[in-house]
Amino acid sequence: MTIAGNCQDHFGSDAGYVCERFGSVNGFGSGRLKTEDRRSAIHQYRLGHRSGGWRHAYPPLRPDWSAQGPAGVSPTTAPRRLIGRIAVLGAGAVVPVLLLALWVISARVGWLTEQILPDPRDVLQTARDYAASGELLADTAISLRRVAEGFAIGAALGLVIGAAQGLSQGARAILELPFFVISQVPVLGWLPLLILLVGIDEELKVIVIAWSAFVPVALNTAQGMRDVPRTLREVGQVLTFDPWSMLSRIIVPAAVPSIFTGLREGLAHSWQTLVAVELFASSEGLGYLMSWGRQLFQLDIVVMALVVVGAIGLALNWTLGRVERRLRRWQVQTG
Amino acid sequence: MIARLFHRHWRPLLIPLLVLALWELASRAGWSDARFLPPPEAVLHRLWFETTQGGLATDLAASLQRGASGLLIGASAGVALGLLLGLSRVAERLLGPLFLAYRQVALFAWVPLLSMWFGGAEAGKIAFISLAAMAPSVVNTWRGSRDIPRAHIELAAVLTFGRLDFIRFVALPGALPFILVGLRSSLIYAWLATIGAELFLNIAPGLGGRLNEGRETFQMDLVLACIVVLGALGIAFSRFAAIGEARLLRRRG
Repeated sequence: MTIAGNCQDHFGSDAGYVCERFGSVNGFGSGRLKTEDRRSAIHQYRLGHRSGGWRHAYPPLRPDWSAQGPAGVSPTTAPRRLIGRIAVLGAGAVVPVLLLALWVISARVGWLTEQILPDPRDVLQTARDYAASGELLADTAISLRRVAEGFAIGAALGLVIGAAQGLSQGARAILELPFFVISQVPVLGWLPLLILLVGIDEELKVIVIAWSAFVPVALNTAQGMRDVPRTLREVGQVLTFDPWSMLSRIIVPAAVPSIFTGLREGLAHSWQTLVAVELFASSEGLGYLMSWGRQLFQLDIVVMALVVVGAIGLALNWTLGRVERRLRRWQVQTG
Repeated sequence: MIARLFHRHWRPLLIPLLVLALWELASRAGWSDARFLPPPEAVLHRLWFETTQGGLATDLAASLQRGASGLLIGASAGVALGLLLGLSRVAERLLGPLFLAYRQVALFAWVPLLSMWFGGAEAGKIAFISLAAMAPSVVNTWRGSRDIPRAHIELAAVLTFGRLDFIRFVALPGALPFILVGLRSSLIYAWLATIGAELFLNIAPGLGGRLNEGRETFQMDLVLACIVVLGALGIAFSRFAAIGEARLLRRRG
């Protein structure tokens, strides 16, 4: 496998591109290089960082049943691209709209009983009532606060421990085994133990959520920092960077995609765990709303809470996606 | 021999041994309440008692069987859906966004709805485990079968493969590494969902049920013994998955 391919596997297309650039300069990593070549390699590296738009270096390939050749080869003009984007969005909406229509119709005709799926009008009415009384907002706010607290603690700890493992061989040797063993117990397995130890109050939720965020953040941070390509480290050595510049200019920027994957995964896990903990032991919050609806056999409450949980999950993911894109742009500019 | 082994590998064992020593010391010196933190030997004793005389083996078998049925259903549905999304542009355009939106709904949020539909007994548990096991298989199979090298696709076209042959000889082997990654995380999710289903849904034989029992009757040694079993199983699963993956990939060549 080529260096570029290898790096691409670990870091996605951007790093693959950078590695390919280095690979194109003969024997850059071997130390048999003239100063001139080194300079040009560094120059190319910076150029690559500035120019942006690397993603197109590796267009996705797909089997094309119509045998017309891969899509996206022919140059498209701006209005056509806009129409294409709308078409993609529209196509994605077809099935959900159909399902929704089916739900409405089947509720009207009476194919579904209230115990299987409630009438969408009931769900809307319930949502309106809960929104008007402020209950929905209060429960959502409580859930969001728990996730924010737990995620902040877990992610901060994960970044520190992950960085320690990624940067120091000794720390890794000490931490890796216990970390692995503990992370093999499913989060929910700790729940009964923690309930006995700290009770079922706020602490329980924050601890469990923090734990579920901690594991992916620490793992990905350690991985990202350890896998910084040797060629990049060598650039730092050539430029005689001190440890601090090495960390801030080379290791952290190169590990940002991996760290961000960890944060994103950690937030998703936090949200999942929150719902689980609230279902299990809580007297307020979105998860509690669901388990309460279930006990009353009022599926309209359950469905309403499900929609809110899904919408918040989507919003969290979308926001992190935006931040990630920002960070990438920032990364490009600092290079 | 042991001393030499320890000398070479002392670092990974440092924290576990320290924790064990502290734990033992705390319970010997009476710093900790035995109800909240029973001494390590009490946990070991409980573990031994449960395996030999209690029904731990039955519980373990029940949990494993539940997890395996869910994994089987969920992962096969997931691989099929992933192949559909990866190989057909129409399906990807129509179903892809819906699936991505579905993934954002927290897994456990489906528990109340599923328990209404399938009941809280075995069917409901397996339905939830299948749902949990499905998503990672879909995502990874989708990714793997979308990025099949163009040369392979062209070769299949030259050999005038039908769709089934294309899937069997090109798509599945080409996507195998991704599918295996997906199966591995399906396994992890299925196991998490098994414990979750046993904690949340009706009481039935199983490790989650024992954990609940330990919590409700305040038997810390039982809870800790169950956690030890869970950890050992988790390690066994990841070893098993790694070995299986290596075998399959070697066979593929």
